[in-house]
Amino acid sequence: MRSVRLSRPHPALFRRGGAQQPHPLRPSLLIASASCGFPSSQKPQRRQAGSISQRPDSKHVMFPGAVKSAFSNTMRFEQPSTYPALPTYRVVDQHGVVVDPNFTPDLSDEEVVKLYRDMLTVSIMDVIMFDAQRQGRLSFYMVSAGEEAVSVATASALSKADVVFCQYREQGVFKQRGFTLNDFMNQLFANQKDPGKGRNMPVHYGSRELNIHTISSPLATQLPQASGAAYALKIQRMQDPSIPPRVVAAYFGEGAASEGDFHAALNIAATRSCPVIFICRNNGYAISTPTLEQYRGDGIASRGLGYGIETIRVDGNDFWAVREVTKKARELALQDGGKPVLIEAMTYRVSHHSTSDDSFAYRARVEVEDWKRRDNPIARLRKWMEAKGCWDEEKEKEARDSIRRDVLKAFSEAEREKKPPIRTMFEDVYEELTPDLKQQIKELKSQLERYPDEYDVGEFEGGIGSLEK
Amino acid sequence: MSRYLRPAARLAATARASAVRPAATSPFISRAAAVPSLQKRTYADASGVKEYTVRDALNEALAEELESNPKVFIMGEEVAQYNGAYKVTKGLLDRFGDKRVIDTPITEMGFAGLAVGAALSGLHPVCEFMTFNFAMQAIDHVVNSAAKTLYMSGGIQPCNITFRGPNGFAAGVAAQHSQDYSAWYGSVPGLKVVAPWSAEDAKGLLKAAIRDPNPVVVLENELLYGQSFPMSEAAQKDDFVLPFGKAKIERAGKDLTMVSLSRCVGQSLVAAENLKKKYGVEVEVINLRSIKPLDVETIVKSVKKTHRLISVESGFPAFGVGAEILALTMEYAFDYLDAPAQRITGADVPTPYAQKLEEMSFPTEEVIEKFAAKLLRL
Repeated sequence: MRSVRLSRPHPALFRRGGAQQPHPLRPSLLIASASCGFPSSQKPQRRQAGSISQRPDSKHVMFPGAVKSAFSNTMRFEQPSTYPALPTYRVVDQHGVVVDPNFTPDLSDEEVVKLYRDMLTVSIMDVIMFDAQRQGRLSFYMVSAGEEAVSVATASALSKADVVFCQYREQGVFKQRGFTLNDFMNQLFANQKDPGKGRNMPVHYGSRELNIHTISSPLATQLPQASGAAYALKIQRMQDPSIPPRVVAAYFGEGAASEGDFHAALNIAATRSCPVIFICRNNGYAISTPTLEQYRGDGIASRGLGYGIETIRVDGNDFWAVREVTKKARELALQDGGKPVLIEAMTYRVSHHSTSDDSFAYRARVEVEDWKRRDNPIARLRKWMEAKGCWDEEKEKEARDSIRRDVLKAFSEAEREKKPPIRTMFEDVYEELTPDLKQQIKELKSQLERYPDEYDVGEFEGGIGSLEK
Repeated sequence: MSRYLRPAARLAATARASAVRPAATSPFISRAAAVPSLQKRTYADASGVKEYTVRDALNEALAEELESNPKVFIMGEEVAQYNGAYKVTKGLLDRFGDKRVIDTPITEMGFAGLAVGAALSGLHPVCEFMTFNFAMQAIDHVVNSAAKTLYMSGGIQPCNITFRGPNGFAAGVAAQHSQDYSAWYGSVPGLKVVAPWSAEDAKGLLKAAIRDPNPVVVLENELLYGQSFPMSEAAQKDDFVLPFGKAKIERAGKDLTMVSLSRCVGQSLVAAENLKKKYGVEVEVINLRSIKPLDVETIVKSVKKTHRLISVESGFPAFGVGAEILALTMEYAFDYLDAPAQRITGADVPTPYAQKLEEMSFPTEEVIEKFAAKLLRL
């Protein structure tokens, strides 16, 4: 076996596998192909580690940077346009008819209905919260209309123990993994039940229980971090093979793929063989920038191939296709000791970018209406369900009504909830309160005690009491 | 002798020479009094004065520079088709076409690097960041490439580039999008850094930035874009530029020097007015305009008159613009101070999202007023 390059190798790393072979080119560099820790039935990944010397008259050159390149006596530049665009995998067409003959649904009717309801919930919550923002009841909101299938279906194919990094349009992932309407609303209204303690902009959800990292505003920073998290999972498992295998899922839009972080993330994940699934929501627009001006070449999928990553393009409005693809991707990501996989889900951002955006300034209303009518992920799954006989108009109406009721209930509960304790103002800047922060707490407390009539502390959980301790 | 390498070393010499305080006849005063003619003209003639928003002023500056110099172009996220995230580049695409007004993919590192490359090859790009908070992704190009290539290349590769965009906190965008970068860029040798407050500042400084052969960082403020200011007739002309390294005395006074920049200038002026009403004191408010180079002369001259100093800015307190102003004042006018100089800054916390806490994290007119009153023992 070969070991991971750690400053101090853990004894567990050397528990299994064959003799250690130093890398012929860079003896000091040990490579993380790491069969160790993964079930021995899986074939360990063997890296090409041969010498670059070659026999005379070889048809191939073995440059260290391109080990299988054949010699050629014709000068030809490769034209991206001569390669056909990668196909878009789909299982169910726009009319809800199954087109993949090998497809058999792996979910019971109840399970499908549950996931369908997740999509509906996100969609209905979006409409309500968008209007609430317009009424000035929260400062900001982002809807995911048109992209519900990408988030819900991918999430449904992950294990609950998998680690997730979101961008900001993945409410469906949170919903599917068990985020409740109350959880959403508590974050949006920044009340005392918000695990983020009201410190973040709305929509920046996060959940330790659901293994979803808190959404971070700066664009694309989640991607290299996802590679790092995947690397950590891989090493954990090497050290303790009894841990069940886990992957990282990292979501991003095609706009974020222009950031340098995206490229760094793919490259490092590929070279360090990190079990991470990169899930691109290619929805046509990055705020106002259409994909035509965002990149050239065959979408985001073509980037994956360039970095040596297994890649697939999928119809993001097809719930079943996205689910099937993610299931397979998870399998691949855990093979050979771990490796990255890239999924490009093609979809359309029906919504405005955020409440700060009016997208009709840069695209025609008819274009949006057309997409809404022609190809909506919710409508497509509904057609499939109706054809199967597990859904009908009446159920649809009942579902929509009850979800709407639930959303409004959670909404008004969260709006009325108390604000986080005053003490939280001082916490978490550092792991422990620094002496000057403690001093400030004392000062605030004595101020509030001295002038009880001047300060209404009733709306904060625990009132002044939170400052004791 | 490192202090003689400091920007105002010659002032130190003057200060030591004239040990007696009332320095009205100091040679340096008369020199500093020679305010550039453009500045003197600013409010001279009220007849042709028009109201401009800062946004319009910036737009006009860009349009004029694009018009007058074919080497100038602007690029950034959404600057063309969408007219800019804050509409600063409104109408420029229609007027100058897509070769001069360029939308970019969402890659700050990419388009900032591209703009620096274009500048190193002789063009005069204006690189718009949607906010300077996003420019963190590209700061290596600003600091290591734009600011230092002229020096590192032995003077053969000038970099005439302007980085601009809103800086500092806005409203309700939480800690990762509410930072003031004045001190960050202000600390980099090779960069020039300006922070306009009024419409005239905005126009004059941006035009000067585009014309300046060096890399210039123009730190605008989102909350000022919609604010209107009178614009003198001279400033409405297309040859109007403001010199770097020259502060402007927005309000003359004899009791306290208040040094400020960007949005805090307006707040300081309101506070000064209230202090006059309540206590009859005259506060001199200095609008820095330029962070690097810093107009130490004007500050020192003012302190010699008022003997008290407060700096007002919205950056974090540690190692900030206020710290620099105070240190320079200590170095060059210590003997003239009747009280320890003070600074008003943003709070030393990650900017809170909660509206009230956010308000409390940055200087307000009330805070400035109270703090000044305390310093003056009123």
